[in-house]
Amino acid sequence: MASAVAHESHEHTHYTTTGLDNRKVAIWAFIGSECMLFASLISTYLIYKGKSIVGPFPHEAWTSPSGQIFKPILNIPVTSQSTFVLLMSSLAMVMALDAVESRGKPGYVGTIKGNSKFWLAATAVLGATFLGYQAFEFTSFVHEGLTIKTNLFGSSFFTLTGFHGAHVTAGVLWLLTLLSIDIKRGLTPKDALLVDICALYWHFVDVVWIAIFTLVYLIA
Amino acid sequence: MNDHAPHADHQHEHPTWKQYKWVALWLTVITVFEVWIYYTPFSKSPMYAPLLLVLSATKFIIVVMFYMHLKYDHKLFRALFTGPLIIAISTLLALFALFSHQAIPQ
Repeated sequence: MASAVAHESHEHTHYTTTGLDNRKVAIWAFIGSECMLFASLISTYLIYKGKSIVGPFPHEAWTSPSGQIFKPILNIPVTSQSTFVLLMSSLAMVMALDAVESRGKPGYVGTIKGNSKFWLAATAVLGATFLGYQAFEFTSFVHEGLTIKTNLFGSSFFTLTGFHGAHVTAGVLWLLTLLSIDIKRGLTPKDALLVDICALYWHFVDVVWIAIFTLVYLIA
Repeated sequence: MNDHAPHADHQHEHPTWKQYKWVALWLTVITVFEVWIYYTPFSKSPMYAPLLLVLSATKFIIVVMFYMHLKYDHKLFRALFTGPLIIAISTLLALFALFSHQAIPQ
C-alpha cells in the first residue's frame, strides 16, 4: 500500500504516514517505556522502604548489636548540589539545541548563544560532574558500611540510583559523540533533529532524577 | 520524492532563550525551597510529603513542557509520553496499595 509506506523527503529524513520523523516517534516511544522501567524501580524502593532489619538506614541513626553507631547515611547537601548540576545541564542542553537550530541567524553568529560546541561540551561536563558526585556518594556509602548486599535499603537504593547513573553515562557518551561531529564537520539546522533526540533523552534523565531526589532523599 | 512531505515535527515553535533562562531560574528556586523545608520543623508535619510531591510534580511538568517542548509539539508525542506515564503511575500506586500494609515475613 503506497499510502502506508513511509516516504523519504530527502536523503536522511524518513517521514511516516503521520507526517512525523520516525526517529522522533521512536525516541518518544522509548522514553515512554523508560517511564515504566523507572516506575518499577521506584516502586520497589518505596515498597522496601523502612523494611530493612539491619542498618545503616537512610534517615535514621542505627546502633549495631556490636555497639557501633551508624549515622543517617543520606547526605542531603551533597545530593542537592548534584541535583542543581543536573538541572543546569538541562539548561545547557536546550541552549545547544537552540544554537544548532539558529545557526547563521542574526544575533547568533559569533556569539556564545550560537556556539553549539560550547553548550554541548558544557552539558557533557555537567553530566560528568553529576556522575562524579554519584561516585563520591557510592564510595562514601560503602566506606560507611552500606553495600548492595547489606540490607533491603542498600539493594533497592543502589539498583535505582545505579540504573539512573548508567543512563546519565549513556547520555554523556551520546553528547560527546555529537560534540565530535560538531567539531569535525559542524552541526547545521539540518542536523537539529539529531540534537533534539539527544536532548529529549537528556531531559528525561533529568526528570527521573527530579522524582528520585524527592522520593528517595527528601521524604524520610 | 515528495516535495510536500509533512514536517509537522519541525513546524512547532520553541521557547526563547529568555524563557529557557526563566525556566532554569524557577527550577532552581523550587529545588532550593525543597531543600530548605527539609531542614525546617515543617519536615515533621503531615503536609510535608504532599507539598514535596506537588513541588516535584511541578518541576517535572515544567521540564517536560518547556525543555522537552511537549507544550509546543505534536499531539502524538504527548500521547506516547503521557500514556505510558499514566500506566507507570498507576502501577506504582497499585503496588504501593498492595504492599503498604503487608509486613515482610522474618
